[in-house]
Amino acid sequence: MMKANGLSGALTRLRRIPAIYWSIALLVIGIALPLAIDNNYIRAVLWEAGIYVLLGLSLNIIVGYAGMFQLGHAAFYAIGAYTMAILNIYLHVPIFIGMLAAIIVSGVAGFVITRPILHLRGDYLAIVTIAFGEIVRMLLVNNIGGITGGANGLFGIEQPSLFGFSFHTTLSHYYLVLFFVVITIVAMRRLENSRLGRAWTYVREDELAAEAMGVNTVRVKAVAFLLGSAWAGLAGALYASRITVISPDLGRFLESVIIFCIVVLGGTGSIPGVFVGTVGMVILPELFRFVKDWRDGFVGLAMVLMMIFRPMGLWPSRRVAMEMGEDETKAVTPAA
Amino acid sequence: MELLAQNLLNGVTIGAFYALVALGYTMVYGVLKLINFAHGDLFMWGAYLGYTGLTVLLGLSLRGGPWMVIPVVIGAMLIIALLGVLLERTAYRPLRHAGRLPPIISALGAAFVLESLARNIYGATYMTYPTDIAPSGGIRLIGDVTASTMQIIVLAASFAMMAGLWAFVNFTRTGTAMRAVSLDHDTSRLMGIDVNRIITIVFLIGPALGATAGIMVALYYGSFDFTLGMTFGLKAFIAAILGGIGNIPGAMLGGMILGIVESLGAGYISPQWKDVIAYALLALTLIVRPTGLLGERVAEKL
Repeated sequence: MMKANGLSGALTRLRRIPAIYWSIALLVIGIALPLAIDNNYIRAVLWEAGIYVLLGLSLNIIVGYAGMFQLGHAAFYAIGAYTMAILNIYLHVPIFIGMLAAIIVSGVAGFVITRPILHLRGDYLAIVTIAFGEIVRMLLVNNIGGITGGANGLFGIEQPSLFGFSFHTTLSHYYLVLFFVVITIVAMRRLENSRLGRAWTYVREDELAAEAMGVNTVRVKAVAFLLGSAWAGLAGALYASRITVISPDLGRFLESVIIFCIVVLGGTGSIPGVFVGTVGMVILPELFRFVKDWRDGFVGLAMVLMMIFRPMGLWPSRRVAMEMGEDETKAVTPAA
Repeated sequence: MELLAQNLLNGVTIGAFYALVALGYTMVYGVLKLINFAHGDLFMWGAYLGYTGLTVLLGLSLRGGPWMVIPVVIGAMLIIALLGVLLERTAYRPLRHAGRLPPIISALGAAFVLESLARNIYGATYMTYPTDIAPSGGIRLIGDVTASTMQIIVLAASFAMMAGLWAFVNFTRTGTAMRAVSLDHDTSRLMGIDVNRIITIVFLIGPALGATAGIMVALYYGSFDFTLGMTFGLKAFIAAILGGIGNIPGAMLGGMILGIVESLGAGYISPQWKDVIAYALLALTLIVRPTGLLGERVAEKL
């Protein structure tokens, strides 16, 4: 416990620094880091982290703000990637228009699929989302409509280009992702304190009271799924535009679990938490690649230990922290 | 007609596996309201321990044969049951009052650990049990419908265990205490029930049944690998939900339905669509009836 207190204390002190300084510092690091390190492997890792930050931010709307369990989020990541790939490969639609289509298709899919299950609470919702995620993946594997390429997936997606500039280096793709990450964060910040954002918090904390106060809970939840899924679709399209080869593995359950853990380990509802979670779930495992097959085991062990010593996440949002009390060690109540 | 009968028989066999594993999920959910995602991996570890046990027994240069399965199953049940209790003590007990999210993450983490251990100890290749262990032959029922000896043993053993569990939960003092704990921890404690003891017992029984299922699945299919826990476990979990999670007869019913539907789907539609059918069945059930098929009898929930 002593060690955990030290770590918690340090993190609490760090969290006292106003968010604006953090944002500026992170942005500067985000721009400068890949320039300073002339290593394509590191740049690719940073790019991948950016994709997962986008995924984490998108799931954060559903899990963090609206408080619903979604364990099939990777399905919409896959839907986005496939939408763009199919449009580009068969119809030669430009990548950026394909990305727009990916956002729309994933968002609509998220809305339509989850609409009938919004009345389910907690665990049941988690379970149906697992089922839906698996259904989407199996449909892709079974080559639905003969256009998804079956288990092998699709290949030959073009590199994006804009006004004559072609994105083909890792660095250019990294900045493309960074651009979307920045836009997303600004949008999330504004969303958090908007009427909709406050409605989400209300629904998360007390659905019945929210409904009594005139919040249309079903609509508010449906919008969370719509936006979250749409943004996951964007992440999928961005992924596909660099890798140019996609397979149904994008939508597997493990992927959904990783995104879910990014949100929860960092602290649900917290934007900096998504970054912390991405470092823990994506960057560190990548850097520890030399331990090979033990990697997942260490990630798992870290997840268990994290939950025991800091169940509210490494970097909880201010709202959640206030609810659970500033003294974060209190959150761990020893078993009776 | 014969095809239908054969498919039904195969479906019931697979359903028995699902039911045995689903019981572990459902019992834990009953007493802790926790989705024990690591249960599938405990089941998988049963299959691996069975492999080790059989290899060791054969190494003692005994005459190989189906009898070997019996000591191996008993050994695996004991070890996996202890592993289950260890899991509860280390990964779940400290989180019992930490809300709903942390235990789920902890369970997923524990699943990763168990899977990683299996992959590193046994390797990422397909495992095959030593030959001459699985009983061969079969009985012709009607026409060309055959029940293999393996199927008969699987069905007999599964139904015996399920009946035993049902009797235990309904007719013993401990079983009654278990049902009480699943309704209300605090009231149970006031009635003099040692809640932690009951939870420990649940974590002994569920994984022990899972270990048996693991060995039987490995014998029935012939081979498996470290993804068994994730794939088969998820299916068994669906079976538990289908029947109504937290409900013991529900897990048995859910397992059977899932097995039969999958088998019929594979036989009449296409094998590659059987997983889609299983998941669609789950989604449909939950949309129409969120508590599962037998979920309404809250008073008898475990």
